[in-house]
Amino acid sequence: MSLTQTRPAPPGEPKHAPPPRSRYWWYRFDTKTVPYLLIAPFFLLFAVFGLFPIIFNAVVSLRNWRIDEPDNRGWAGGENFSRLLTDDDFWNALGNTFGIFVLSTIPQLLIALIVANLLNRKLRATTWWRVGILLPYVTPVAASTLVFAMFFARDYGLANWFLSLVGFGEEDPIDWRAAKWSSWIAIATMVNWKWIGYNALLYLSAMQSIPKDVYEAAAVDGAGPWTQLWRITVPMIQPVILFTVVLSTIGGLQLFNEPMLFDENPASASGGSDGQFQTIAQLIYKVGWKDLNLGYAAAMSWALFLIILIVAGVNALATRRLGGDK
Amino acid sequence: MTTLVNRAPQETRGNWKTYAALAAFMVISAFPVYWMFVIATSTDEKVMGFPPTVIPGDQLLVNLGEVFGMQNVYFTASLINSVIVAGVVTATTLFFCSLAGFAFAKLRFRYRNALMFVVILTLTVPNQLGVVALYILMARLDWNGTLLAVIAPGLVTAFGVFYMRQFISHAIPDELIEAARIDGALTLRIYWTVVLPAIRPALAVLGLLTFVATWNDFQWPLITLGGTDFPTSMVALSDLASGNYVIYRRVLAGAFAATVPLVILLLIGGRQIVRGIMEGALK
Repeated sequence: MSLTQTRPAPPGEPKHAPPPRSRYWWYRFDTKTVPYLLIAPFFLLFAVFGLFPIIFNAVVSLRNWRIDEPDNRGWAGGENFSRLLTDDDFWNALGNTFGIFVLSTIPQLLIALIVANLLNRKLRATTWWRVGILLPYVTPVAASTLVFAMFFARDYGLANWFLSLVGFGEEDPIDWRAAKWSSWIAIATMVNWKWIGYNALLYLSAMQSIPKDVYEAAAVDGAGPWTQLWRITVPMIQPVILFTVVLSTIGGLQLFNEPMLFDENPASASGGSDGQFQTIAQLIYKVGWKDLNLGYAAAMSWALFLIILIVAGVNALATRRLGGDK
Repeated sequence: MTTLVNRAPQETRGNWKTYAALAAFMVISAFPVYWMFVIATSTDEKVMGFPPTVIPGDQLLVNLGEVFGMQNVYFTASLINSVIVAGVVTATTLFFCSLAGFAFAKLRFRYRNALMFVVILTLTVPNQLGVVALYILMARLDWNGTLLAVIAPGLVTAFGVFYMRQFISHAIPDELIEAARIDGALTLRIYWTVVLPAIRPALAVLGLLTFVATWNDFQWPLITLGGTDFPTSMVALSDLASGNYVIYRRVLAGAFAATVPLVILLLIGGRQIVRGIMEGALK
C-alpha cells in the first residue's frame, strides 16, 4: 500500500472550503458507502449463481432427487456416494478420463515448451506468429471437434488416408471410435491441438523475463540450445509450468465437449457404443439429464472435485520436485 | 557480432529451421479450420469420396443456405442468441468488474483486503461442481430454457475483478484520483471521467477473452437450453450432428458460420488477446 493512498479528508478539517451541509451528507455517503456498492454486484451475483449452487449441490448429493419423481425427495444419506463405489460406469469413466488426461496433458505441455522456445528468438513478424498459434484457442470446440470427428472417420477420414499413404492399415482401416486406445488418441489429439498455442504463450511470457546473462555463462561452457532449454530455461520458468500443470489438470479431468461431439450420436452422451471414451463429466451429464437422477449426478460431481483436488496437488508436488532436482 | 553462437535464446536470430518448424506448426493449427471450410464448400460426393477432398469447392452458398433454411434447427436464431448472450455477458462483465476492480485498487474501506482475498479464493472453485444445483435453481426461477439461464451465471467473473484491480493499481496514479477528489468529484464521477478512459486497453483484453469464452461455451447451454427450439449456436451445432443421417457438408457449413465471427475477432484484436494471455489470463 502506498502512503499516497486516496483518503477522504477527515470531517472537521476540510482541505479547501468547508462543504455546505447538504453536500456533506453526500460526501460521507460517497466515501463510506459507495465503495461497498461498487463491489456489491460481484458478491451478490457470485453468491447466487456461484457459491449457493456449490453448497446446495452438497445437499442435493445427500438426497433423492429425480427430475421424473418430484415427490420422492427424502434424505438418501450416503447412499449416492456408496453407490459410486460399485458403479462400473463410474470406474470405466474414471479410467477413460485419466487415460485421455495423460495422453493430452504431457504432449501438450512438452510441445508448448518447444514452440515457446522457438518463439523466444529474434524473429521477423513476431506478432503474426503469436496471433497465428491462437487460432485453435478461439475456434469453438463444438466446431473443431466435428471436423476432427470427420478426420478420424473410418472409411473416408483423412487420418486413415495418411496412414494408408505410408502403407499402414490399407486393407483394414482403423475404426478410431471403436477401441479405447484409438478413441483416446483421437480425443487427446483434439485437446492437444486446442491448448498447445495457449500454453506456449504462457511459457513465452515467462521465458522473456529470464535475464540474458544467465545464458552467457552456460554459452561459455559450450551448452547448446537443447541443453540450455532443459538446464536453464525450464528450471527458470518452473512457476509457470506449475501453473499450467494445475490448469490442465483441472481442465483435463473435466473433459466434456470433445468426447460428447466425437460420438456418432452426441445426444446419447454414452461415449461410444460401449462407453469406451465416456468421461466423468459426460457421465454426470448422462446420469443427471438423460437418466434424470440429479441426486446421484451431484454426488458424482463432488467425487470428481475431490479427485481433481488430489491429482492437482500431486501434480504440483511432482512438478516442483522435478524442477528442484535440476 | 561476436563468435558466441549460443547466447540467450531471445538474442539468437531465428534460422531457417526455426521458421520451418513454426510454419509447420501453423499449418497444423490452421488445418482444421481450413478443412471446415473445404467441407462446407463441397458436395456430398466430394465429402464421401476417397481420397478425401482437400481443395475447396463452390457449394458454400448452397450449403449455408441449407443450414440456415432448416425447419427443425433454427440456425439463424441460434446465431442471434449467441450474439445476444456473448454481447450481454461481455458488457456486464466489463462494467461490474471494472467497478469492483476500481474499488479494490483505489478506494479505502473496511475489510478491503479480506474481501479481495475472498475474490481470489473464488477463482479456484470450478463452477462445474455446482452445475446440478444451478440447474435446480434455474428451474425454481423458471429460467431454464431461456437465455436468462445462460446469461445470469456469466454476468461477472472473479477473474475479471482480479484482472481489473491489477491493471488499475498500476495504470492510474493515486495523485490523479486525489486531484479529482479535491476538485469535488464524487466516486462515480471519478470512475467515469478518470478511470474508464485510462483502462481502455484492459477493457479490450478482458472483453475479447470474455466474448470468446462465452461464445464457445457448450456444456451449460446444452444442459439448460438442450431440447429447446432456440438454443445458442454451439448447442444448435450438436443438434445438427445428432440424428441418424448426418449431412456433414451442412454440419460443417454451420460450424464454419459459427467460427467466422471469432476468427474475425482474432484478426482484429489478436495483439490484445496475445497480451492478455501472456500476462497470465486464465481459461
